[in-house]
Amino acid sequence: MNTAQFFELLKLAGPEALITLTALAALLVDLMVMPGAPLRARRGIATLLTMVGCVAAGLYLVRVPVQAAVVGGLFAVDALTQLVKLGLVGLTGLTAALSYEADYTDHVGEHFALLLLATVGLMVMASAADLVLVFLGLELAGLSLYPLVALNKASPRATEAALKYFFFGALAAAFTLFGFSFLYGLTGTTNLAGIATALHGRGPDPLLAVAVGMSLVGFGFKVAAVPFHLWAPDAYQGAPTPVAALIASGSKLAGFFLLGRFVALTLPEAPGANTAGAAPGWVPVVAALALASMVAGNLAALAQRDFKRLLAYSAVAHAGYLLLAVLALSGAVHRSAAFAALVYYGMTYALAGLGAFAAASHLERRAGDAALDRLVGLGRRAPWVAGGLAVFLLSLAGLPPLAGFPAKFYVFAAALESGPAAGLPFWLVVAALGLSPVGFYYYLRVLKLAWVVAEDSTATPATSESDPAAAGRPIETAVMLLAAAGVVLLGVFPEWLLGPLRAAIQQAGW
Amino acid sequence: MLPWTIYSSFAGALVLLAWPRRWAGAARGVALGFALAGAVCGVWGGLAYRPSGELLTLVRAPWVPALGLEYFLAVDGLNLPLVWLTGLAAVAGILFSWNVTEQPRAFFALYLALIGGVYGVFLSFDLFLLFFFYEVAIIPKYFLIARWGSTRREYGAMKLALYSFAGSALVFLGVLALYVKAAGGNAPPLDLAALARRDYDPGFQRWVFPLFFVGFGVLAGLWPLHTWAPTGHVAAPTAASMLLAGVVMKLGAYGALRAGVALFPSGVAAWQGVFLALAVTGIVYGGLVALVQKDFKFVIGYSSVSHMGFVLLGLVTLNPLGLGGAVLQMVSHGLIAGLLFAVVGRMVYDRTHTRQLDELTGLRLARRLPFAAATFVLAGMASMGLPGFSGFVAELSVLVGAWEAQPTAAVVTGAGIVVGAAYIWRALQKAFASEPLPDAPGSAAPAPLEPITLPERLGAGLLLAATVALGLFPGLVMDYILPSARVLLEAWHAGGPR
Repeated sequence: MNTAQFFELLKLAGPEALITLTALAALLVDLMVMPGAPLRARRGIATLLTMVGCVAAGLYLVRVPVQAAVVGGLFAVDALTQLVKLGLVGLTGLTAALSYEADYTDHVGEHFALLLLATVGLMVMASAADLVLVFLGLELAGLSLYPLVALNKASPRATEAALKYFFFGALAAAFTLFGFSFLYGLTGTTNLAGIATALHGRGPDPLLAVAVGMSLVGFGFKVAAVPFHLWAPDAYQGAPTPVAALIASGSKLAGFFLLGRFVALTLPEAPGANTAGAAPGWVPVVAALALASMVAGNLAALAQRDFKRLLAYSAVAHAGYLLLAVLALSGAVHRSAAFAALVYYGMTYALAGLGAFAAASHLERRAGDAALDRLVGLGRRAPWVAGGLAVFLLSLAGLPPLAGFPAKFYVFAAALESGPAAGLPFWLVVAALGLSPVGFYYYLRVLKLAWVVAEDSTATPATSESDPAAAGRPIETAVMLLAAAGVVLLGVFPEWLLGPLRAAIQQAGW
Repeated sequence: MLPWTIYSSFAGALVLLAWPRRWAGAARGVALGFALAGAVCGVWGGLAYRPSGELLTLVRAPWVPALGLEYFLAVDGLNLPLVWLTGLAAVAGILFSWNVTEQPRAFFALYLALIGGVYGVFLSFDLFLLFFFYEVAIIPKYFLIARWGSTRREYGAMKLALYSFAGSALVFLGVLALYVKAAGGNAPPLDLAALARRDYDPGFQRWVFPLFFVGFGVLAGLWPLHTWAPTGHVAAPTAASMLLAGVVMKLGAYGALRAGVALFPSGVAAWQGVFLALAVTGIVYGGLVALVQKDFKFVIGYSSVSHMGFVLLGLVTLNPLGLGGAVLQMVSHGLIAGLLFAVVGRMVYDRTHTRQLDELTGLRLARRLPFAAATFVLAGMASMGLPGFSGFVAELSVLVGAWEAQPTAAVVTGAGIVVGAAYIWRALQKAFASEPLPDAPGSAAPAPLEPITLPERLGAGLLLAATVALGLFPGLVMDYILPSARVLLEAWHAGGPR
């Protein structure tokens, strides 16, 4: 790589560079300037720095126009990746704001630096055009998130969650690497587009099936699809809430975007495609994952007693819906619509999920955990928090006028368009719609606790109206309001995101 | 003018959400103002429409160009009467909730949000937009019942919400099927006016039509998926049960008409026998069950199932009289059910705190609440379908339409009408017209009941006047309905073989 190329790369990877610098700055400022300062001040400075970094990266993404380019066959940049990165940076900004209340640790600098490094990993995932970089992105995000989960050292549950997350993650990484090595062995290249070219016209091949299946394991882990979801409930419940929020939002968005790009770029016509009408080889695998995720996620969520665990299982269910959009990528005709549906759903889901976790963090601060019973009386104590919760959960349930409704419509429509009238996608959509009342039920049950069920006056701990924790912290409330406003506006005016998304996809040439 | 029915309702909801706590007492006045504004907009704007059967576009603008979805509001003879009904029911409902004191701001905000959703469904001519408003209405319903309701309110509310949502899932699949079928073309894929002229192949119609008819039918009390209706109505606060029975059930019927019957002639023809049978069963079954209820409100709840059966029956008759009768019956039942629920929930229950017919027998209500008794007698007569009231014209039209389609159905339905007279008589006799035994406990000098208030008199007068006016001059709305019903049927025949 010569100097000119290096500068080109620096320009295209500017947002990543900015976030990395911010991570270093957060670490340095906390270690060099602020030792001995009160924790709240340290968190304040770190939050501010992080927000500044995120805003700078966001402005860079908006302001600096890019031509679709792949630098050195490694790092792909186009309008779509920039849009997704903008979403990631925004989600990290909101997570950082939530982290201002992260009073469980005195490793303030590390907390924010890891948060930012995880974001860099997610951004790299969005841009990776090479198996090596895919793996690097996955691992950078993963290795930053594992310690974040464990950062609350006083909580055995957090430690357990981190270990579980780590072991599953390491195992999944091993599988992925194994699959990648097969892909390399079969094609002699690690470049995603190169692999596609080399695989073109190849017949059914057991080696290729192994390669594809193993590679998908890693992605399945990242997006918490059944059967690779087992870490999710524990990690969501045990992790400090801002971290769980990032895992549920940014990590999910990047994971799905990477998965979509991977299958669309690398496996456009996998085994058997030379016979007309046959589905590419990864389709049945993804279809099975989607169905299993929808069924298991929705049904398991019914039985949950803890709000964060409920969110975890609902996230599994939503992974199933998102996999439908991935599935729709197999149809070459409607690929751009499928991509738009995937990203739209991912972004609106991430926003609602993040908001729901902000509400969970409110619950936890007041009562120590996020058991569903703690929600009783929330509507009276903290109407803003409870109102935000209603917006997020109803959006997750897919009710208008919230963003989840057009998202669901778009994903299902894309899935139906990709297949024949009564084919596999059709039955998956039927299953998804059949399970949606189940999802509606458990979301509504949460809202019933928050708004309808009367408080048992004897059982409530001594919290009067004067309790400062009761009404919610201002920053947390602000994050929730911001996310809620986004969810409502994107529900009423889906075009505000869909328009730029479609334009970006067209520009990127999908 | 007409779109402002939607906007003023939602604006009212927002204003009430932001209304200062200090002036919470004035919330009902604010709500009444916004509901009146909506009703006036509806009537005023509707007068601009000439009853020709044609479609009058109100607003048409791109909404989600990426998906080809439009913000398309329009009016014809089939939805205009329903808009009028909604305005009337909304105002009357607020008059009958004048005594809501528990968190009135939230109550009326949800109430107006529900009304806004209802107006939206009736005026939408983009299927996605219609479905959007249809689902917007689910959440206010749930919270109105779950928070301000009475008997088993959490159960009733959840059951209602889940039934509606499950029905919507069916509709959702239908909408997707239509969308995918039309995607790729340049025309907006879900424009209902254009879809009604489209000729789908019979195989497609055969599986999509029942999705719409059953999915929407759940909310219209289609037997055997009606069970949410009695429990939901009974659990709901008075205003909410008036709205539920009065207009929300019509959402289902209207959806079944506009997105089901109007689009899929061969689908209707293929399923006609099944749905005729279900509708007739609903009429007779609802009436028989109403006949044995102990709870006054359950009597009215099941009567709604029975009367909505007429609507569904009319929808599948495939002739203009049946179709028009179905729409007229929607309006008529909206008025009558609102009245009946107002008498039971507000006039009687809020004063006596019991709805058990056996207990009411001992209370001599005819003497102590003569206005309630008189209102119930008149509403009951209308409900039985006596001439001079709207129910007569509507049910007669449906019956004649049904006779043309399937005489057996009309005959069985006739039996249903007799049952309908019987359960009203029974309720009337038990609740109002009987004297307690001389030595029965509680007969001695009962505490005086709060007299019927002015808002109640106004609300009852409004609804009664409307039902009598429609009974005497059915042309007031039939002249709007019939041309549009004919246009709809002609579009079918023009579209190819049935």
